Amino acid sequence: METTIHPESIPDYTEPGELRILQLQRLRATVQRCYDHVALFRQRMDERGLKPADIQTLDDVAKLPFTQKTDLRDTYPYGLFAVPMKDVVRLHASSGTTGKPIVVGYTKDDLDVWSSVMLRSFVATGMHAGDVLQNAYGYGLFTGGLGAHYGAERLGATVIPISGGNTERQILVMKDFGVTALCCTPSYFIHLIEQVNAGGVRFEDLGVKIGIFGAEPWTEAMRQYIQRESGIKAFDIYGLSEIIGPGVGIECSEQNGLHIFEDHFLMEIVNPETDEVLPDGGEGELVITTLTKQAFPMIRYRTHDITSIIPEHCACGRTIRRIRRIRSRCDDMMIIRGVNLFPSQIEAALLSVEGTVPHYQILLTRKGGLDQIEVRVEVTQAMFSDRIREVESMQKKLAHAIEHVTGLRVPVRLVEPNAIARSEGKAKRVIDQRSKGEEIQ
Amino acid sequence: MKLKQLSVFLENCPGHLSRVCEVLAEAGINIVTMTLADTSEFGILRLIIRDWSRAKAVMEAAGFAVNLTEVMAIEVADESGGLEKILKIAEAGGLSVEYMYAFACKAKKNALIVIRFENPDRACAVMKESGIGVLSATEFYTEA
Repeated sequence: METTIHPESIPDYTEPGELRILQLQRLRATVQRCYDHVALFRQRMDERGLKPADIQTLDDVAKLPFTQKTDLRDTYPYGLFAVPMKDVVRLHASSGTTGKPIVVGYTKDDLDVWSSVMLRSFVATGMHAGDVLQNAYGYGLFTGGLGAHYGAERLGATVIPISGGNTERQILVMKDFGVTALCCTPSYFIHLIEQVNAGGVRFEDLGVKIGIFGAEPWTEAMRQYIQRESGIKAFDIYGLSEIIGPGVGIECSEQNGLHIFEDHFLMEIVNPETDEVLPDGGEGELVITTLTKQAFPMIRYRTHDITSIIPEHCACGRTIRRIRRIRSRCDDMMIIRGVNLFPSQIEAALLSVEGTVPHYQILLTRKGGLDQIEVRVEVTQAMFSDRIREVESMQKKLAHAIEHVTGLRVPVRLVEPNAIARSEGKAKRVIDQRSKGEEIQ
Repeated sequence: MKLKQLSVFLENCPGHLSRVCEVLAEAGINIVTMTLADTSEFGILRLIIRDWSRAKAVMEAAGFAVNLTEVMAIEVADESGGLEKILKIAEAGGLSVEYMYAFACKAKKNALIVIRFENPDRACAVMKESGIGVLSATEFYTEA
C-alpha cells in the first residue's frame, strides 16, 4: 500500500458500499440527462417502455439499451451530445480509418474529470510532482496527447509536450531533459529502445523509470520484454475516446490488472453474443456507462474489448475493482479456418521464443477461396546463424510456439531487420489483403 | 589458423543481394570470396573479407543481421584426389563438415577451400597433425 495517498486519489480507496451508493446516484442523474437531451436514447427508452425513474438499483442498468459504435457514426457529428454547443469547450475525434470520424465533446467539468482521472492514473504508476514526463502520445484530435498532458500538469509533473514521431528528437530530449517518465504506444517505445541502443547508449543508463503505454493492446510477454530491455517499469493504461480518452483505467504498482475509476465509469462484462451480463470473473465484452460526463455521456457503450473483472482485492489497497489486461478487441479477431485468432496470441507465442524481438506482422491473403495466414518475424542477431538448418529450426520453433498457443499451423517467414515498418503511433499488426482482387469495382 | 567468416541474412527477393554489395562497395570494402546458400524463402550470404570487423559494422549499420563464425582455409592440390585426401583425414578425425566452398587462387597452383567444420578448434588441431596446409589469415589474404 502506498504510504501517503494523494488527495485526488482518495476515491480510489472508497469503501465499496459507499461507492455503489455514489454510482447509483450518478447513474440515475446520467440516465435522466440523456433521456432529456439525447433524442436517440429517449427514443430507445420509449420503445422499451422505460422511464429514467425505472432505474432503482445498479443492477437495473441491464435494462438500458446498449450504445454501439455505429450509433456514434449514425449521429455524426453532434447527435449524441447532451449539452448545447455553447457549453462544449473541446472536441476530439477518432482517427477515422473507415469513413467519417467519431466526434466527442467535453464541457469544462468534463475536462476537469478527465485531468483528474489521468492524475490518478499517473499516481497509481508511482509518478509524482517531481517527475519529468515526455509525452510522446500524439497531440491533436487524438485524445492521448492532451489527456496525458493535463493530467500530468495537474499532478505537478514537468510535461514535455513532444507529441509522437521524430525519433531522433525524442532520444535527444530523453537524454538531455532529465526525463523520468514517458508515455507512448508500446510498439513505438520498442522502436525507441532500439534506436537508443543503436546509438551506443544503454537505455537503462538514461533516467527514465516509468513508462505508461496504451492506445493498442499489448501482452504480458511484451511487458517483460520492455522491462528487460529498458530497465523501466511499464504500465498499461486503458481508455477510449468514446468514454473520455486515456484514464478510464490504469495498472498500479502490482501490475496485475487495471483499476477502473469506478466513481466515473460504471463497468459491466457482457457475453458479446447473448448480451447477458456476466458475474465478476467471467470473460466477455467490457461495457461502460459514464457516470459524470456532461457533454458526451455514454450509456452501456460496447467497447468491443474482451476482458473480465478481477473479483479479488488488490494488494495495493485500492478498492476500485480491476479488469484483466485487454486480451484483444473483438474487432481484431481473425477467423482462420474456423479458429478464432487474436494478434496478441501470436505476439505472446513469438516472445516466448528466446532471442526474438516483437517486430512481427500478420499477413492475411486469400488463395482459391481459402484464407491464408502468414506471420512475418524480423530476424535478429541472436536468432541468426551461418547454418541453414539452424535458421530453419528457429523458424520451426516459432511456428511451434504459435501452434502451441493457437492450435493453428501458421507458416512463419523470417524477414530482414527493419523490414517491418515502424509506427510512431499504433502499430499495424495485421495486413489484410483478403479482399484484394476479389472485389472488382 | 582459423578465418573469420561473416554471414548475412537475406530475404529471397530481387535486389537484396545487390544491396549488401552496394553497402560494402560504398565503404570501399573488397570481398575475398563468398558463397550464397539459399532456401525458397531466405538466403545466407557467407563472406570472407579481410577487414571483417569493419565490414560487420558497416553491414549492421545498414540494418543487416550479421553473424560471425570461424572457418578454415585449406590449400588443396589442384589435381584429382586432392580434396578426397583432406576429407579422408577429416573423417578419420571424426570431423563433420557443415559446408564448404572452393575458389581458385591467382598466385598459386593449388586451390583454396573454405571449410566450416562443426568444431573449428578440433578441426584445426586434426589438420595440423596430419600436416595439411591450413592457411593462416595473413597467408590467406596475401595469396587470395
